[in-house]
Amino acid sequence: MLRDVEARVIRNTRLSRDYNVIALAAPEIAEATQPGQFVMVKSGRGGDPLLRRPFSVFEVLRSNNRVEGLTLLSKRVGVTTKILYDAVEGDTISCLGPLGRPFDLVDPPTEAWMVAGGVGLAPFATLGDALLAHGVKTTLFYGARTGGELFYLDWFTSRGIRLVLATEDGSIGDKARITIPLDRELQEADGEVVIYACGPEPMLEAVAHVAAKHKRTSQVSVERTMGCGMGGCYSCVIQVRSEAGSERTRPAHYVRSCIAGPVFKGEDLVWD
Amino acid sequence: MKTLSGTDLSVQIGALRLKNPLIAASGCFGYGVEYAEAVDLSTLGGVAVKGLFLKEREGHPPERIVETPSGMLNAIGLQGIGVHRFIREKLPELRQLRATVIVNICGSTLDEYVELARILSDAEGVAALELNISCPNIKEGGITFGCSLHGTFDVVSAVKKVTPLPVIPKLTPNVTDVASFARASEEAGADAVSLVNTFLAMAIDVETRRPKLSNIVGGLSGPAIRPIAVRMVYECRRAVKIPVIGMGGIASARDMLEFIIAGATAVQVGTANFVDPFIWGKLLAGVTDYVRRHNIARISDLVGTIDTTSREKQWISS
Ligand SMILES: Cc1cc2nc3c(=O)[nH]c(=O)nc-3n(C[C@H](O)[C@H](O)[C@H](O)COP(=O)(O)O)c2cc1C
Repeated sequence: MLRDVEARVIRNTRLSRDYNVIALAAPEIAEATQPGQFVMVKSGRGGDPLLRRPFSVFEVLRSNNRVEGLTLLSKRVGVTTKILYDAVEGDTISCLGPLGRPFDLVDPPTEAWMVAGGVGLAPFATLGDALLAHGVKTTLFYGARTGGELFYLDWFTSRGIRLVLATEDGSIGDKARITIPLDRELQEADGEVVIYACGPEPMLEAVAHVAAKHKRTSQVSVERTMGCGMGGCYSCVIQVRSEAGSERTRPAHYVRSCIAGPVFKGEDLVWD
Repeated sequence: MKTLSGTDLSVQIGALRLKNPLIAASGCFGYGVEYAEAVDLSTLGGVAVKGLFLKEREGHPPERIVETPSGMLNAIGLQGIGVHRFIREKLPELRQLRATVIVNICGSTLDEYVELARILSDAEGVAALELNISCPNIKEGGITFGCSLHGTFDVVSAVKKVTPLPVIPKLTPNVTDVASFARASEEAGADAVSLVNTFLAMAIDVETRRPKLSNIVGGLSGPAIRPIAVRMVYECRRAVKIPVIGMGGIASARDMLEFIIAGATAVQVGTANFVDPFIWGKLLAGVTDYVRRHNIARISDLVGTIDTTSREKQWISS
């Protein structure tokens, strides 16, 4: 069920000069969130910023078997992310959600390979947990500009998620874009694999191509400029080949990524 | 119609009785059904759905919106499913949700408006037609009618001839004298006018020197436009006898009351719904509280009651 929660900041952990993980007391939303879904966040009051911004739910926080809230992984790039970076315990942040179409989980023995670029790591903590609970062997391909921007590595390995890393400066893992090791490993993989990806759009496009080249399906989570997150404004559109969920084929057309997505099949998207 | 508190919030728009003066603005509420999880659509005075042409339309490429101080620019380009799919795919659900549906129609030609009006008059569950002659984001049609007094008169009278439904031309603020357009609409037989649509505007990224919208220009909405919209509603109210439906930046019950006192019989809320899809109940509660505090029996008694008499000086002892 959709809710708007004035969520108290439980804690705010700065991971680097730009990245932070903010924990929000919005248990009602956290409980209902499925991997890949997002919340619309309003930081600050009044007209600046006026609109909400979308954030993937990063972790669902539990203590003593009770859901306590959720966290968001944020990179400081604009007004809202600056407020999220600077927020302190006790502040309140308005959180609307859960919204959007989640990832489809695969069944074992199919393996799940998650591909994250930068802040695109966000949906993969909850997805990783859900996949492991479902008995799916899971790998995280994770790329960033530099090793200092690869976060939560222990969090993933301690759960038994295999890591493949790449950095643009070569400080950790391959000195390459993350699609290079992805391509190499797909070349060698013989079992069934489904690719999940989140990150900058050029990366998603490259992942979708690499997946298609190796005849694997991909599910990618896109981020377009969103006004409302609920299908009201038609601003976050993306071109798809055929109507999601129907057999009809039509020429490429725009769909609202907030309600038709943010998760799409890689092969359905038309990259512009 | 009375609420539990005994306050009558209903208002009259031509032959149409709205249970309250609060309408969801076109283009800011999808086709209504998207918001059924956030608000019981039957509790709203009306739901103005996304602007419809006869045929499906793709709209403009992204970027389609950009935020500006206390507002936003949009150039969606009227993406939409067309009138036939609307009637097949959305209207049955809107009927089931007991929404009072106001269909916002757009044409490239006068004939397209007439055709849309005919088709929608035969559909079950349409309460009124809002003629979008004011979208600033598309080149053909629409705004060319809305920026010419003759064009406005012609399209309103042509549509009136073919439909029994209340006809509400939606006026653009991008003209020198909006009241004259309200007058032309009234003379052509309009049942009400609604205003304002968005203000033509633009924003530039100075680092790249590129426009922030793919369409270069777009329409400004949100709190930033409210004082101008209030002034325009006030001018129109004084120019015509038909009801004026006011909008532009409403985000609280106070904002809504400001429009009503300026002369709006009903109001629409657009951008604020993006920020808070649960705003509807809060607005109605705030207005109900106000009319009770001021001992106003019917909200319609408040319409246009702005007091412009000269103020007496008051000695307030501290
Ligand atoms: C994203 C967006 C889309 C809109 N689409 C339409 C439309 O299809 N038809 C129309 O008549 N007005 C459209 N409008 C204008 C609004 O209905 C309203 O007139 C305007 O936004 C001012 O009200 P507000 O400040 O409460 O948003 C749109 C506005 C926005 C922000």
